[in-house]
Amino acid sequence: MSLWAWILLACAISIATKFLGFLVPAKLLDNPRMLRVAGSLTIGLLAALTAVNTFASGQELAVDARVVALLVAAVALWLRAPFLVVVALGAVAAGVARLLGAG
Amino acid sequence: MAIATGLYGLSFGALSVAAGLDLLQIMALSLLLFSGGSQFAFIGVVAGGGSGLSAMSAAALLGIRNGVYGMQVNVLLRPPRWRKLPMAHLTIDESVATATGQTDPQEQRRGFWAAGIGVFVLWNLFTLVGALAGNALGDPARWGLDGAAVAAFLGLLWPRIRAREPAAIAVVCAVVTLIAVPLVPPGVPILIAAVVAAVLGLSGLGPATEGLEPDVDPYPDGVAGEPDAGRSESAEGPRIVRETGESGVARQTRGRRQVGTTQQPGVPRQFGVLRRSGIARQTGASQPPGGRTDA
Repeated sequence: MSLWAWILLACAISIATKFLGFLVPAKLLDNPRMLRVAGSLTIGLLAALTAVNTFASGQELAVDARVVALLVAAVALWLRAPFLVVVALGAVAAGVARLLGAG
Repeated sequence: MAIATGLYGLSFGALSVAAGLDLLQIMALSLLLFSGGSQFAFIGVVAGGGSGLSAMSAAALLGIRNGVYGMQVNVLLRPPRWRKLPMAHLTIDESVATATGQTDPQEQRRGFWAAGIGVFVLWNLFTLVGALAGNALGDPARWGLDGAAVAAFLGLLWPRIRAREPAAIAVVCAVVTLIAVPLVPPGVPILIAAVVAAVLGLSGLGPATEGLEPDVDPYPDGVAGEPDAGRSESAEGPRIVRETGESGVARQTRGRRQVGTTQQPGVPRQFGVLRRSGIARQTGASQPPGGRTDA
């Protein structure tokens, strides 16, 4: 399937997921286990995405300029910088690290 | 909220270009998928060379929390049947946070629609601007846009980690992902991490409701409540507070954000997950009037 097909399928699933929430009985909300899974899924996926985008290069692991971006972003977040500032700093950090010769 | 949403959309647009999507595909994601975290997940997998199937799965799994939001909105606002579909589409972190922060049903409804429509318009507008800007920039590696992606994902993860348990889940999932990278095709490691996270959550090790915060705090510190005060019911600035009433751990360990918050008597327990707390600690006496009990 083309990327387009996957995009449209992802959109359909997103709408269906939200709509499903409107259809199921409210009793489900009292189930802490379900909330746990939804929460831990979110955290696990975002952690995995962070790791892959930092260290994966195709099917290989690499330590390059992106690690600098990760560290700079972490410091910015620690200092409670707004989201776009964090993202921009990540870009600048990776760019500068590359200029200085880091992979 | 406008600024935060706009900047968030801007980064999504620019990073999508770097991931190799064309303008129409990017806009389709923002218009139809309309869930920041899931959209970032989709382009994150694509950027890493993952298949469309992996990208779609990551987006779908990250969107599960929207189903939880949908349940909350449905219970809270009790919409007529014909209105459920448009409301479902506008069910995102910001609109849910705004609605659950009100106590008056009419205000809840108004807050939901105002925030939902407002964010939808801004999100798509700034996605477009970001995508156009990203196209103008050119070679992503040279400009460090891959570093921007790293920072974006860390930025999405960061506010969700306030206690030891979510931090442990994050570390375990990151390690599992990296171990899997050389062994399976691109994109699949993320799905393996999702399975691990789900198992951890199911086994009760996970956080009760950690991870269900908004992607981007729509009311960043210092901006909150001031420029918008009195203009709309959403100006007050929501803080998502977890309060399940069954686990004191998360509550105790996240004191940083809870400073200055107060309980909302009379709000049913199940809404506590997304209960909005006041930001009196920031705006002090400048709280706009409006009959809320949380200030």
